[in-house]
Amino acid sequence: MDVKRRNFLKIAGLSAVAGLGVPSAFHHLFDDAALAATHGEEHGAGAAEGKKEAGGHGGHNAESTLFQYGMVIDIKKFAEHKGLAEKCVSACHSEHNVPDFGNPKDEIKWIWVDDYEHGFTGYSQNKTKVGLNDLPVLLTCNHCANPPCVRACPTKATFKNEVGVVVMDFHRCIGCRFCMAACPYGARSFNWRNPREQYANGNYKFYKNGINPNYPTRMRGVVEKCNFCPERLAVGKLPACVEATGNTKAMVFGNINDPKSEIAQVLNSNFTIQRNPAAGTKPSVFYII
Amino acid sequence: MPMYDRGKVLTGLAIFVVVVTFPIWYNLVHAQHVPVPLLPKDVKQCVGKVDYMRTSHMELLNTWRDEVVRSENRKVIEVGGKQYVKSLQLGCMTCHPDRQKFCDECHTYAAVNLFCWDCHFQPKEKK
Amino acid sequence: MLEKALVGNNKYWAWIFFLLGVISVGALFYLYQFNYGLGATGMSRDVSWGIYIGQFTFMVGVAAGGVMLVLPYYLHDFKAFGKITILGEFMAIAAVAMCIMFITADLGQPMRIMNVLLHPTPNSMLFWDMIVLNGYLFLNAICGWVILSAHNKGVHYPAWVKPLIYLSIPWAFSIHTVTAFLYCGLPGRHFWLTAILAPRFLASAFAAGPSLLVLIAMLLRRVTSFDAGDKALQKLGTIITYAALANFFFLGLEFFVAYYSNIPGHMHTLDYMFWGLEGHDNLVLPMRFALVIGLIATTMLLFPKIKQQEGTFALSCVMLFLSLWIDKGVGMVLGGFVPNPLDRVTEYIPSVIELGISLAVWASGALILTILYKIAITVESKE
Repeated sequence: MDVKRRNFLKIAGLSAVAGLGVPSAFHHLFDDAALAATHGEEHGAGAAEGKKEAGGHGGHNAESTLFQYGMVIDIKKFAEHKGLAEKCVSACHSEHNVPDFGNPKDEIKWIWVDDYEHGFTGYSQNKTKVGLNDLPVLLTCNHCANPPCVRACPTKATFKNEVGVVVMDFHRCIGCRFCMAACPYGARSFNWRNPREQYANGNYKFYKNGINPNYPTRMRGVVEKCNFCPERLAVGKLPACVEATGNTKAMVFGNINDPKSEIAQVLNSNFTIQRNPAAGTKPSVFYII
Repeated sequence: MPMYDRGKVLTGLAIFVVVVTFPIWYNLVHAQHVPVPLLPKDVKQCVGKVDYMRTSHMELLNTWRDEVVRSENRKVIEVGGKQYVKSLQLGCMTCHPDRQKFCDECHTYAAVNLFCWDCHFQPKEKK
Repeated sequence: MLEKALVGNNKYWAWIFFLLGVISVGALFYLYQFNYGLGATGMSRDVSWGIYIGQFTFMVGVAAGGVMLVLPYYLHDFKAFGKITILGEFMAIAAVAMCIMFITADLGQPMRIMNVLLHPTPNSMLFWDMIVLNGYLFLNAICGWVILSAHNKGVHYPAWVKPLIYLSIPWAFSIHTVTAFLYCGLPGRHFWLTAILAPRFLASAFAAGPSLLVLIAMLLRRVTSFDAGDKALQKLGTIITYAALANFFFLGLEFFVAYYSNIPGHMHTLDYMFWGLEGHDNLVLPMRFALVIGLIATTMLLFPKIKQQEGTFALSCVMLFLSLWIDKGVGMVLGGFVPNPLDRVTEYIPSVIELGISLAVWASGALILTILYKIAITVESKE
């Protein structure tokens, strides 16, 4: 090939790459700038994602005004009403078709009952009050203001939405389990196998009490966790676990950044603790012990 | 000009052509019936026009999914006076409840595997 | 030049078919895992990463180790590395290919892998890992192939390759730093949350990669006509020694910080790995073994007489490679998950499926390496 033709091809190739790449790069640059500027607008999937990417910044403000759903769990009340904590767990798990594999290896749990020693590992376990470790402590995803799982996810399958909920998009999850490594609270579970396995007679192996047909199951290979019941919040209901507490006020749910909300009053007038505060995640779940 | 290994080459070529055109002659021999998805009897109107739904129902479902799951936009859609929930299970399937007779009719024919059903349910699915 | 890999003696073909056999068995195991789910492995809710990710981490190090040849040769004109550099570049290709295979084997939804590129997430270290690993693969493949091609034709390689080679040097450091960033930025895992994780990764990489290369070069000297040269191997030995010293020094620092500060979060994982925690001790034997043989190998390498004798040099490389493989490929990953965020211990043992698939990935890497080396050796022996 003579020199002139080689040079032509080189220039043509570079121009093609530049021609395709540069406008696209500008597009992305300006889009990102525009996304950063538009905050509360409802643009649809693309813009909302950009907003969620910036979601971490909410956690750095001293007093955030962003909408943040949160929960206060009153352990004392759960102790007074025996079996109530377990009722919350089954309300959640049966509504959302969380399978019961019957072994700790494959276990999936969105909310569960544990004890003080294991729920609050950052706090002193020394010379604690008698009976402290017998208290039923409900643990779940903390929907942190500064969630490390959202930072870790390579596809934004887990992201923080406009109302502060850390959501799992099961359709996008590639099952890399980086979020599970990132979560400081052990709140996430993975579908190590197909939850819909059936016996020969058609009964589901892992849904002993049947399935809720109004909510999907998940497939093997994706991570799942508590989502604060967005499908219920959308129709004005409380999350399933909160509803299961009836009027005991053992769980209070609402926007923790709204000074007029019930939950803000509870937080203002009670001493609450949180799980692993040193991690800087700013959880949205608070506990009254 | 002599052709070396003519026998082997021509045989190999013949086998190659047969294998590569397999989809064509197999379907000629084993003709499948043209798919006829079961349409709902009493409803004549859908969320979108028939042509649009035929070509783009997958895009619509993807858009709905992203709007509902990622943007928390669960606003009910209104088309021609009728309201639709943005949901496969609770929206589309209120009029098209039988996936075998509606969705699978075309999807099996076109060999486009769906993974919707790994997670989502048909209405009134058996326990 | 690929046709050069199709010419070989019986031993060559026997090796190729052996590797293909191992790969086929592993492929069948993978089919089972793909169908059943990752529950076919030994991983659990608490230990959600196992030897797939462990070996991925280790192989990124081996791939980065290739820079210890490229840097002296291209940047400092260390002529003794003239023959061996291509081996390093090709080893990097095989190692990165293995990394990609390990990641794919570990994914719950591997067919959705393109989501990482369709929805780029710059705040995620896994996103950057995908970019830099593929970039490194691309760089090494282009540079190695073009340079070898030039040798084959008896001409100097084209000028545009030089900037790519120079780029590959900091890029090699970056791939392992980004891999370290996967771990050391997670606030909930105290064992990983240390600034020295990245330096330790690099040190063990620069010891493990060249160790493997020394062993391969010695093997090639016996079964082919390719001789990398004693000067090259000895210099590699020096590099390995200093890298290993740095690695064990850093490990010592970790022990100091944990046990002198007495902070439970820092101590518990080391307790589990070296002494057992709450009766759980299935990592104790491998970790202690790895530490002992690693220290012995490093000490051996300090003596010139040992390095100069092929037998003892090879032995110390084997011991060191094994030590680092256990430490990084097994201990480092599992340690982050024990104890779990609720201070409980769940142990992990790889399943047969997991081991089978891992072996198949190793065999695939060996196959890629064999083919590339066959081409390289054929080209070099022509001159």
